[in-house]
Formats: sequence, C-alpha cells, structure tokens
Amino acid sequence: MTSAAREGWLERIEAPDSLTLNLGGRWDMRSAQRHEKELRHLRPSGKQALRVDFSAIDSLDTAGAWLLFRLAKRLRAEGVEVAFDNLQAPHADILERLAKIESHVEIEPPKPNPLVAIVALIGKSVIDIGVEIMESIAFLGLTAVSFARAVLRPKLFRVPAIFYHMEQAGLNAIPIIALIAFLIGLVIAYQGAIQLRQFGAEIFVVDMVAVSVLRELAILLTAIVVAGRSGSAFTAQIGAMKINEEVDAMRTIGLDPMQVLVLPRLIALMIVLPLLGFVADVMGLVGGGVMSMIELGISPSQYIDRLEQSFAPWSLGTGLLKAPVFAAIIALTSCHMGMKVSGSSESLGKFTTRSVVHAIFAVIVVDAMFSIFFAYIGI
Amino acid sequence: MAEQNNIAIRARDITVAFHGIAVLDKLDLDVRRGDVMGFVGPSGAGKSVLLRTIVGLNKRVRGTIEVLGQDLDKLNYRQRREIEERWGVLFQSGALFSSLTVAQNIEVPLFEHTDLPVDVVEEICALKIGLVGLPPEAASKYPMELSGGMRKRAGLARALALDPEIVFLDEPTAGLDPIGAAAFDELVRSLQSSLGLTVFMVTHDLDSLHAVCDRIAVLGDKHVIVTGSMAEMLEQDHPWIRDYFHGPRGRAAR
Repeated sequence: MTSAAREGWLERIEAPDSLTLNLGGRWDMRSAQRHEKELRHLRPSGKQALRVDFSAIDSLDTAGAWLLFRLAKRLRAEGVEVAFDNLQAPHADILERLAKIESHVEIEPPKPNPLVAIVALIGKSVIDIGVEIMESIAFLGLTAVSFARAVLRPKLFRVPAIFYHMEQAGLNAIPIIALIAFLIGLVIAYQGAIQLRQFGAEIFVVDMVAVSVLRELAILLTAIVVAGRSGSAFTAQIGAMKINEEVDAMRTIGLDPMQVLVLPRLIALMIVLPLLGFVADVMGLVGGGVMSMIELGISPSQYIDRLEQSFAPWSLGTGLLKAPVFAAIIALTSCHMGMKVSGSSESLGKFTTRSVVHAIFAVIVVDAMFSIFFAYIGI
Repeated sequence: MAEQNNIAIRARDITVAFHGIAVLDKLDLDVRRGDVMGFVGPSGAGKSVLLRTIVGLNKRVRGTIEVLGQDLDKLNYRQRREIEERWGVLFQSGALFSSLTVAQNIEVPLFEHTDLPVDVVEEICALKIGLVGLPPEAASKYPMELSGGMRKRAGLARALALDPEIVFLDEPTAGLDPIGAAAFDELVRSLQSSLGLTVFMVTHDLDSLHAVCDRIAVLGDKHVIVTGSMAEMLEQDHPWIRDYFHGPRGRAAR
C-alpha cells in the first residue's frame, strides 16, 4: 500500500494564463526535502495564476503540506492567484489545519544586546558573590539550628545514614588517599635530598618530610581528594533528589531535609576526614622513608630515630586540628550546592562543578588562615 | 503479501525478563496499519515494557519484532535509523530535554534526520506546536516552566516532528484534566485520520479507549489475553476484563 507508493513527484505545465503544478506520489518529509529549493523560488511569470493539482497524490504529511501551503502564502502575498485543485478530503483537512496555525514562534527566549549582556553579567557576578556568601552563612546557620535540635532530641541523629556515609566517604577513600600521600612523601624526600645534599645536610630530609607532610600536605591533599570525590557525590545525590521532587516530598511528609540529608553527611565527614588525614600522615612518612633509603641510604631504623628526635607533637596536632574544619567546609558547600539545583540536568552539572571548585578554594584559603594563626600563637 | 503490508507491528514469541523473572512470556501481537490500538491491563502487566521492547529500549530474551514489514534484528545501522525516522515515541512524563526549549526539543529530530534549511525547520516546528495545541508563547520556554499537560503536548509534538507512520504513546492522557484529555483524544483521532497514523497507545483512560481506539489489546498473565474492538471487549468473560469494562468507571465512560 503506502510503502509501495511512489516517491513524491512534481510536474510543471505552462499555459498562457496559468502555471499548473501536477503533484503525485508520497508528499512526505523526504519529498519535501527534495523539492524544497524548487518550490522556494517558484514564481509564475507575468499574469499567470498558479494551480496546484493534488489529484495524483497518494499521501500527504504535514511537512509536504507545509511546503505547498507556504508557497501559496508567499505567492498570494505577491498578488498571484493560487488555487488548489482536486483536493482529497484528508488532504484538505491537513491544509485547513495548517491555515489556522501561527507559523512563527520564538525558538529561544529573547536575548539582550551583547554589550548590555556583558555589563549585566559582570554586575550580576559581583552581586552573586555577595549573595552566595550571605546564603552560605544562612546555610551554616540553618545547619547549626538543625544540629542543636538534634542534640536536644538525639533520636533525630540518623545513625545508620551517618555510618553509611562514613563508609562511602571514608573507608572507600583509603586506598586512593594512601597512594597519593605515599607518592607525595616520595617526591618531597627526593626533592629535599637533591637540595640538602649540596650542604651535606641529608639527614634533615627527615625533618623536612615530617614538617611538610604532617603540618600541611597530608591533610590538604586529603581534603582536596575528598572534596573531589565525596563533595561532588553529595551535590549530585541531593541535586538529583531536588530535580525528582524528592526533597519537596520529604518536606510534605514532615521530614526536614537538613536533618535527613545534610546532618548525616556533615557528621560523617567530620569524623572520617581526621582519620583519613592520619592515614595520609603515616603513608606520607612511609613514602619519605622509602625514598630516603633509596636515595640517601638512610636505614629505616635511622629514619625512625631521626623522626623521634625531630618530632614535635604540634606538627601532627596542627594538621589533624584542621581536618574537621575542612570536613565541615566540604560537606556544607556540597550539600548547599545540591540544595540549589533546580529543574534541568544542566543545573545539576553546574552546581556539581561549583561545589567542588568552591570547596577546594575555601579549604585552601582557610588553610592559609590556619598557618598564620598557628605561627602567631607559636605552635 | 497484501496482508503482510497491512500489519504495522508484528511481534512473535516475545519474552522479556528482568533479573531472570519473565515480565512478558511468549507474547504475540499484530497491530494493523492505520489503527489506533489501545493497550490496557493491570498495573505491572508489562504494557510499558512491551512498548519499550518494540522500540528497542529493552532487551528481549526471545522473539522477533517486525515493524513496517522489516525484522528489527536484521537491520543494519542505516536501515535502523530509517525505521527510527518512521516512528515517534511519547514517554509517560514527556522526557523532554531539560536544557533545551520546547521549540529546540522539536527541532532535534528535524536537524538530526533531515537536511531541511533552518527557516523551514523552524516553520515546521511552529506547525507542530500549533498542531498539538500549544500556544506559540510556549515555544521559547524550557520544559521546567511548563505544566504537566503542556509538557505532554510538547512531547507529542517532538514525537510527531518527522511525520512518523507509527506513534507510540505511553499514557498520553494521564495527569491531564478531563477537558484537556478529551482534546488530546480528539487530537490523536484527527491526526490519525488525516495523516494515516498507526497509534500504539498504552492507556488506562476508558474515555480515551472509547473515543479513539479502533482496537484494544488486553495484557495480563505475561501475554496478550485478547484483542478486539470495544464491543468485543464488553462481551468478554475474563474476570479482569469484565471488571475493567463493566466497573463503575467503565459504565460511566459509555
């Protein structure tokens, strides 16, 4: 039947007072593509009228009909008489339907003048920074209130959820963090050995590794890995729940999303980040030891001896003190960004990116502030 | 041969299983060209699964599916794309691309499958928007800015973008107000008659079944229990079918 019908064809018959288009076959999307150019520029010469003969058409779809309708519309606007002959009932029906439809729509929302847009963008970004800071503070406050409420009613702490997130963000992150810390220990010891050998002070490589790994690098790297690994996961989880209206559903059931979603993640991260930091400390020292042995010939027992002599408890302490603060920054930023997701998948991507970038940025800024603070109080 | 040509979708011995549990078992089905075929059945009977299996979104364990006379398993990449041009699918929640406007959503298949110039694509897009009864202002809106009913219409417009021969509708009137649903029925019916569409419609809307369906297939016990016209359905003895068509809602719809 229709599949056997011929492809759409078109035949012109010129007469002194009229141009007739005989149409036949399947006038569908495919035929429309083929004849679009021809019909676009078709114009009867002089005083000719256009007659379109539909009698041989087997089937007509909206794309095919639209081409003919558009032709007629254009020519009528130019003052040419156009007639459709031998219309079959279903085809007439389609054409009639098309005639009622507004043929122009805006594809995208209107865009402002680019110059204005740039100025507006700059202004908006500046305001957004302020708004973002305010919102973050508000979110911190909201979390504090939820936490206080949970302290008063300990039932509100969702213990299974806390353990779940501890496993996801903590336990499962141990291999990657251990590996990174080990490699960083190696690199620092290697670089230190090259420099210190010039002064014959190879043994101080151990001090250098201890101070840099314990005070700064181990915990900073741990925080950055966790921000990338778990921060993005938190944002994506909460964001997808927002899109799916699950967060709204929680509210209507009387569950506080802050209690259910934010607090367990925050608490879990604050518990596991110091532990991960400790793992990184140990692995960093081991890495430094391995490199000292290879490069400087310092035996493990010498290395440990030297570590004991140079070890200041505060080196370890300052590093681990920072961990819960970094954890809070990462958890709050990522949950906050997750809550801000709305509607589209694009927004989910945007906020996930923003969550990681902001968390890492904030962690580094706060780390610098800690350094100054510790130096000031002399530990 | 003539009869072969009259069948739009022929499914034989279809078995679909998830995690080893069969959802559809040895299902046979014929949908005739130009018919509006309604699929009903209890929730979980596998109506949507059948739809998804036919368009190739679910894997089947066994069975053959012929669409428009072509065995879907024997197609190469190009033939497969050609078949995909000849069907359109409206998903239950519209499944519009959330980062594109309604108009851009409708343009996606047009740009992907045709080389029509941009202005014609935009006009066809406007046409489809009008055809499904969306106001022109809706074109430049994002899906999240629309109501559920408007999203459905936009989804239908996208499904119809390429003037397909077969349209798969998954619960098209669910979530629409009765007037909107009736208008949607009317729309499907008139598009069917003027464009000669074959419509595969999963629905629970008894009014829709009465208003637009030429034939009805009842799914249950993992296969098609019976197919036939509305009049034939009313005479069935199967308990579920009796309850369905003779229940209070069934009576009201008549």
